[in-house]
Amino acid sequence: MSGFWNVWVMGLVTANLVFVAWLLYATSTGKKSDQPAGPETTGHTWDGDLKEYNNPLPRWWLNVFYASIVFALLYLALFPGFGNFKGLLAWTSSEQWAHQQADADAIVAREFAKFDGKSVAELSTDPDAMRIAKNLFAANCSACHGADAHGGKGYPNLASPNLTWGRTQDAILATISMGRQGVMPAWKAALGDTGVVQVANYVYTLSGRTAPDPQAAAAGAPQFAAICSACHGSEGQGNALLGAPNLSDDYWIYGSSLQTITETIANGRQNRMPAWGELLGSERVKLLAAYVYSLAPPPAVAN
Amino acid sequence: MNHEKIEKNVGLLGVLTAIVISVGGLVEIVPLYFTGQVGEAAPGIKPYTALQLEGRDIYLREGCYNCHSQMIRPLRAETERYGHYSLAGESVYDHPFQFGSKRTGPDLARVGGRYSEEWHRAHLNNPRDVVPESNMPGFPWLATTVVNAEGTAAKMKALRTVGVPYSDEEIAGAHDAVAGHTEQDALIDYLQSLGIASKTWGK
Repeated sequence: MSGFWNVWVMGLVTANLVFVAWLLYATSTGKKSDQPAGPETTGHTWDGDLKEYNNPLPRWWLNVFYASIVFALLYLALFPGFGNFKGLLAWTSSEQWAHQQADADAIVAREFAKFDGKSVAELSTDPDAMRIAKNLFAANCSACHGADAHGGKGYPNLASPNLTWGRTQDAILATISMGRQGVMPAWKAALGDTGVVQVANYVYTLSGRTAPDPQAAAAGAPQFAAICSACHGSEGQGNALLGAPNLSDDYWIYGSSLQTITETIANGRQNRMPAWGELLGSERVKLLAAYVYSLAPPPAVAN
Repeated sequence: MNHEKIEKNVGLLGVLTAIVISVGGLVEIVPLYFTGQVGEAAPGIKPYTALQLEGRDIYLREGCYNCHSQMIRPLRAETERYGHYSLAGESVYDHPFQFGSKRTGPDLARVGGRYSEEWHRAHLNNPRDVVPESNMPGFPWLATTVVNAEGTAAKMKALRTVGVPYSDEEIAGAHDAVAGHTEQDALIDYLQSLGIASKTWGK
């Protein structure tokens, strides 16, 4: 604060304290010594015999007022409030927050120390880690992926053995920490309405199903090879590096019906996994990754 | 002085009352208008784009502030959940600010980037579709109502007179930036902008 506003605040605060102290004192100087016995009244009389007592404030009440002035003086001495004076305690809310945060960080570090150096896969079988991770998931992830992590339309099922961006430990870590931006371009302009239906029918067959319109599917095959295979692979097996979903399994983010596939091809899809690394910190992200990993661990490999 | 004098003299009573109740404001509010801390933008804080501005007006119109605050206090429990506590310099381009005073729903000061656009669409249409226990009302008409772009430039001009640094180009392009977008687009654009700057401040 500049000099003027510093003086402004100090002046007003001082004047106010003096003023309320004087007001309190001046209007409360008890009974006069020459007062006749019996309660004093204000002098008004209503309805013939109704009078209003004019008693001084009860002592304790008056003293509470004085105590509040003393409190104000102590407060202004200890805490910031009197202009630029920082107070004897030099207290600030941001510093108090920093202390609380440091204390909490120490507790988290102690609690998480036992998970240090363990891989995501190891943590996924650690009951202690999974107990914490389950709570973290419920608090942060369930709004989109659901309490059971099975997702919904547009929100990937995390228990699926095949995740769009990969199910490896590193891929899951990266997805949670930095987020993902999924973009399927719209192909209506390039393919035309007929082309879209043909490719949709072909995509329908990739997961081992019979296309509703086999002729269209056959016509869609070369178009798929020319356009779609660049990201989704020649067999529609997907590419986790690009975030291109696997089209040959039975898991569909937006639904498996021909109508949904047609919509996706025609209009494209845009989706986003938000980044959580900044907010949650690397320890928690690792536990969450382990939780996701635990939902569909890779089949055990014999050594 | 006797209290009788004050109580029987309405002019004196009025003057003394005015003095007593104005001291708080004169000490705590007035100096803020003239000090840098609340007038300077926090790092990374920019004026709302035309579409975000319209989204903000929809936020006000629908009364979102009745249930959602945009004010994270420097308490650990809050920063743990929402992110960096709010700074005075974040609200310099907000007229009026949207601190709010009640949280039936969560604080929204850091909601930008927390959910995908698709999530917001589903959530605004029917919150129960994504959060089963939510008691927030649905706002499905936002998806089908187109923003009125006629007033956007005028709003930006008005904001410029109270200190929001909009350029002439931004005001000239306001109509085209907003035209054709639904109110849902605008609101989501606004929501996704909240707290983005704070991500660069470190925890």
